[in-house]
Amino acid sequence: MAADKIRIVYRTLDTKASGYWGLLAAFGLMALIGAGAAYTMEHAGHWITGMNNHVVWGTPHVFAVFLIVAASGALNVASVSSVFGRDMYKPLARLSGLLALCLLAGGLAALLLDLGRPDRLLVTMTNINPTSIFSWNVILYSGFFAIVAFYLWSMMDRKVGRFYKPAAMSAFIWRLILTTGTGSIFGFLVAREAYDAAVMAPLFIAMSLAFGKAIFMLVMLAAYTWTNRPLGTVVLTRLQRLTGIMVAATAYFLTIQHITGIYAAEHRAYEAWLLTGGTIYTSLFWLVGVGIGIVVPLVLLLHPQLGGNRVAIVAASIAVLVGGLAHIYVIIIGGQAFPMVLFPGMEVSSAVFDGVVAPYAPSLPEVLLGIGGIGVALLLLTVALGALRFLPESLADAVVAPNHVPAAIDTSLEDGLEDGTGDTSSDAVATPAE
Amino acid sequence: MSDDRTNSETTRRDLLKVGAAAVAAGTLAPGITLIAPAQARAPHEAASPKQRWGLLIDATKCVEGCTKCVTACNEEMGLPDHDRAATDPQYIRIVTVRDPETSHSKQLPVMCQHCENPPCVDVCPTTASFKRADGIVLVDRHRCIGCRYCMMACPYKARSFAHEVSTDQKPHNPRGKGCVESCTLCAHRVDAGRDPACVEICPTGAMLFGDLNDPDSAISRKVKEVSTATIRGDLGTKPGVRYVGL
Repeated sequence: MAADKIRIVYRTLDTKASGYWGLLAAFGLMALIGAGAAYTMEHAGHWITGMNNHVVWGTPHVFAVFLIVAASGALNVASVSSVFGRDMYKPLARLSGLLALCLLAGGLAALLLDLGRPDRLLVTMTNINPTSIFSWNVILYSGFFAIVAFYLWSMMDRKVGRFYKPAAMSAFIWRLILTTGTGSIFGFLVAREAYDAAVMAPLFIAMSLAFGKAIFMLVMLAAYTWTNRPLGTVVLTRLQRLTGIMVAATAYFLTIQHITGIYAAEHRAYEAWLLTGGTIYTSLFWLVGVGIGIVVPLVLLLHPQLGGNRVAIVAASIAVLVGGLAHIYVIIIGGQAFPMVLFPGMEVSSAVFDGVVAPYAPSLPEVLLGIGGIGVALLLLTVALGALRFLPESLADAVVAPNHVPAAIDTSLEDGLEDGTGDTSSDAVATPAE
Repeated sequence: MSDDRTNSETTRRDLLKVGAAAVAAGTLAPGITLIAPAQARAPHEAASPKQRWGLLIDATKCVEGCTKCVTACNEEMGLPDHDRAATDPQYIRIVTVRDPETSHSKQLPVMCQHCENPPCVDVCPTTASFKRADGIVLVDRHRCIGCRYCMMACPYKARSFAHEVSTDQKPHNPRGKGCVESCTLCAHRVDAGRDPACVEICPTGAMLFGDLNDPDSAISRKVKEVSTATIRGDLGTKPGVRYVGL
């Protein structure tokens, strides 16, 4: 068995199905609403939002950072197969790369449409500031698109297949640097008590792996359930456990971040305020971030008796995403709301919110812009899945994990090839068995 | 102030001529003149690193309840008041500092500190935030994309975002909606050989403006004579604004 080659049949979604068009319409509407929100904000000015001179980054940034971070993590499934040689994940690699690109596009759409002058975006290309992490990120995000697109190409076209390994390694390294860059947007800020910590980079990497895998599992489950394609338990259980480990890693880095803050006198006031202050940020951190985002998924993802349980996986994935949004909200908005220390050891006050928690409440346009970013990501994903062969026809255990069910391989393979006709298109790629 | 200038008298006269011409043109043909007023620094003359413009603020002279510098700044720079404290632009603000150990309190104005190592310039992705050769930190409103990263990075919370359309703008301070702005140290006045508006209005003389590079300037002599400090000097930003009695 070990010497055999398993053929994976990839097929597009049925673009004539009403469900497909329903999804396109729903995601398109989300994207349109987001565009409308952005137009409203740009036309009236940002004063109609909850953002102000004290909390300068708001809900759009929460969604944007969340999606950008998740994009990097979504690519990890492909990296596990190509960089770490786990062949079971190889059939998932195309979807992984595609999802990464779509999430990044959605995140950037929300981020860029919130700019005060989005029409000047090109200036970021013509006037690069080598000391600005934002400038680095312009390069990192553009590079991510290029490298992952080429990585996908090397997976899908035998003519460039020889570049598959170097492309995979480049994408893996690039995504680590990219998330380091995203975390360092905050990690390098000396001005505010909540930031200025090197742990932000690894924390963001751990979060990216958890968020990205959670989204990946949801997309995979939805795609396979809604199209009645076989989805085995073995690969699902592996992903479930792996995501659980990433949630645990996130919990570890969060603990380190806050323990360090509590230990250092200069950050203690912020930690006391966040962790015990009784504000909305305290509730979000403990109840949503830790409770829903870490404790619940850890149980659902790692409990021995819930392996492969789809209800548990869906619930855990949603919990990871809800909790993750809360963590990003607390980091971005809580970190700005806490009063900036101008005179250490002194009490300060002014007519413009010195010495007090800065006001902020998410406004409707901000939330809609963030949802629009998600809409853009899902719309691109749906279009791409209908246009190109990203999804294996079958992810049955016999196909992706033949060592677990060796007898079923041949049948599954033949079925897949024979079905590859009609409105959908498919191709078959040989992949080495374990 | 006048002893701080390294500009030659000839240049200054030339500049005043240009300013006078601009005013005359503006008076005679309003609406059609293309000459901008108050650009007294000659177009060919760049800001020079020979100067390091700075402010010395004596907190012991700052009178409780006085906000004249704030009002003068708002007037000079054409800043609107929409009665929305959180989003209205604020280039300068009065901060009351109280020592919880002794209950002693004082107030002082805080504005852009015109740092030698400005974090806002470091983080700006388009180089719109920049430091002039003479130390004045400015925002190029043509390059600013409104990302607000500089506002995140500023340890003095000194910057504002133009949250709404601005009418009645001053020619020397164009305020494009969606751009970041802050105290310019009244660069337009400084280039014309005048003090910043806040310094000029201060009724107690608590604010002293001048060239920190000129050993004979009043500000240089004063900082040698008395103990001064900067806000958050521990951050290494090396502000051009110093305080007495912090």
